Amino acid sequence: MIILQIDRVKAYYKTNAYGTQRTVKAVDNVSLEVEKDETFGIAGESSCGKSTLIKVISGTIKPPLTIIEGKVIYNFGNESIYIGKVDGQEKIEKVTWEKVSYIPQSSMSVLNPVMKVRDIFYDLLKSHQKLMEKEAFEKTMKEHLNSLGLPIGVLDSYPHQLSGGMKQRAIIALATIFKPRVILADEPTSALDVVVQRSVLQLLKEIQNENRNTLILVTHDMSILANMANRIGIMYAGKIVEVAKVEDIFENPMHPYTKFLINSIPRIGDKSDRLSIPGFPPNLADPPNGCRFHPRCPYAMDICKEKSPLLCDVTEGHKVACFLTSEESENGQQ
Amino acid sequence: MDNSEKLLIVKDITKVFSRGSLLSRVNLTAVNNVSFEMEANKPEIFAIVGESGSGKTTLARIILHLVEPTSGHILYRGKDVTEIKSKKEKIEFMLAVQPIFQNPFETFNPLKRIVTYLYETALNYKIANKSNLDKFVDDVLALIGLSIQEVRDRYPHEFSGGQLQRLSIARALIVGPSLLIADEPVSMLDVSLRMSIVNLFKELKNNHDVSIIYITHDLATAYYISDRIAIMFRGNVVELGPVEAVLTRPLHPYTRVLKEAIPEPTPTKKWSGKIDFSAIEIEEFSRVGCKFAGRCPSVMEICKKEEPKSSFVDGRMVKCWLYK
Repeated sequence: MIILQIDRVKAYYKTNAYGTQRTVKAVDNVSLEVEKDETFGIAGESSCGKSTLIKVISGTIKPPLTIIEGKVIYNFGNESIYIGKVDGQEKIEKVTWEKVSYIPQSSMSVLNPVMKVRDIFYDLLKSHQKLMEKEAFEKTMKEHLNSLGLPIGVLDSYPHQLSGGMKQRAIIALATIFKPRVILADEPTSALDVVVQRSVLQLLKEIQNENRNTLILVTHDMSILANMANRIGIMYAGKIVEVAKVEDIFENPMHPYTKFLINSIPRIGDKSDRLSIPGFPPNLADPPNGCRFHPRCPYAMDICKEKSPLLCDVTEGHKVACFLTSEESENGQQ
Repeated sequence: MDNSEKLLIVKDITKVFSRGSLLSRVNLTAVNNVSFEMEANKPEIFAIVGESGSGKTTLARIILHLVEPTSGHILYRGKDVTEIKSKKEKIEFMLAVQPIFQNPFETFNPLKRIVTYLYETALNYKIANKSNLDKFVDDVLALIGLSIQEVRDRYPHEFSGGQLQRLSIARALIVGPSLLIADEPVSMLDVSLRMSIVNLFKELKNNHDVSIIYITHDLATAYYISDRIAIMFRGNVVELGPVEAVLTRPLHPYTRVLKEAIPEPTPTKKWSGKIDFSAIEIEEFSRVGCKFAGRCPSVMEICKKEEPKSSFVDGRMVKCWLYK
């Protein structure tokens, strides 16, 4: 069953400062489908639009970010949530933490420094469930923290008294207290050490095994995705360029960008030269014409400079947007 | 022994920080009895790896003479760095040992053109004069793959993170140093850009005889570029030796835990088993005996009482009671 469908979403940042209009095409024509109970990874360089995509999915769309086209649909069986343009009208339905929760980037600084962790949890629970008794709250908290293996003493600490890993785990506890169907995690471990990183990822995996939720994991670290994800979408300059099962991405990457990305990962036990991707990522306020990767691509052809390739199936479940594998372009789609 | 053949000797360096008020003072040993040497005529990349709070940055700052050690000595080409008093000697030292910092976005003043840093460094240290300044700076920029035309009129916000980190390396290279101390130089960068910086270090070592102390928590890049590696845990160097030996056949239990925790970029080799959540940092710092005893899978009685001595096994130094 498809729990989340992203249908040709275009989300741009539109600013108008001192008469200068600027449009940053952070998410441009992205379509994705996420299955129920799977771990879907989104990988890409910084400023490729992956965080913007997560913002759209989680429904936190605030100006200057605007949805130009397309929609996001959650399907929970008996209930669905729409975000985006429906019949030309903007319709952004409320996404509650009971259904979809969001672990933001740099969530280390999300906790209010002058509130005890207990009060932060109490605030959250009170706003979702009216008339929360103190005793009922204590009981829920105890059960929840125990099931995550967190010491109950966390509740009585201020955020600065907790280490980075403990803070991150407290935030995960906060995000999972309502047992949401979908968890969106945006770079959940980018500021953590390897050992702590592993314990945080282990926690996310355990929660998933227990609650049977869908996990969407955004990161630039391909090694994490190799360990965690079932399927991976590779994002480059606002577009998804390849979607496939994790094994296919690592063993048989098809898009030139994915090939570079996989080949640049250093491995312990292998000292052979690793090359970085030539050039620099484009400015999304003024992206190159045609395929956005063509200025850096060693296989660029004439057509790549004019037309933008369409993400389409190459083999079963393996989608690639590149003229090397298919002739179809986005311009022919509309 | 003639010490001038060694580029750098770090000898029994200890740094103790005190926290708290007069009555409730807590001593925290950030760096405990660390020693290692680097050869002068054989450039190498020496990696220092550890978690945050393992004392690796404090050690770097002591080597750079930014922090005074509580005890111990740093000898650069036979001269004791900790006893530098005169300004002339200090400048000589700064010409030879240069830092590269973690966050390239904070290294430069956003209101200054980047090129002024390069010009001013060259003029202040009298490495170039006004007539050949442009040519000199251009030569240095060529090392990092940029040119003066690309850099001249631009401010820090007009460069990407990877370019800024290259420019901060260029700033360090202006004075022609023989030792670079890079503190987490790639942790703010993407994986693909990481490799371009790391490859640059490799090239500097191979073609320009620059030795580098590479401080990181990323074991994969440390394996890729370095010749020797030191694993630090709560202020102690627990294992030190050739990188291939230490990372492929780790001896110290902590090195094993660290290696286990790295995600392998191969989907068929997923993590199996679970690891324990790390304990509270302060508790580990103040532990008597081996600091790792609380988490160690092969802990013995003696580990909780006495601090292990350095022993030499299989071509490397290990600080663990298992190898007595």
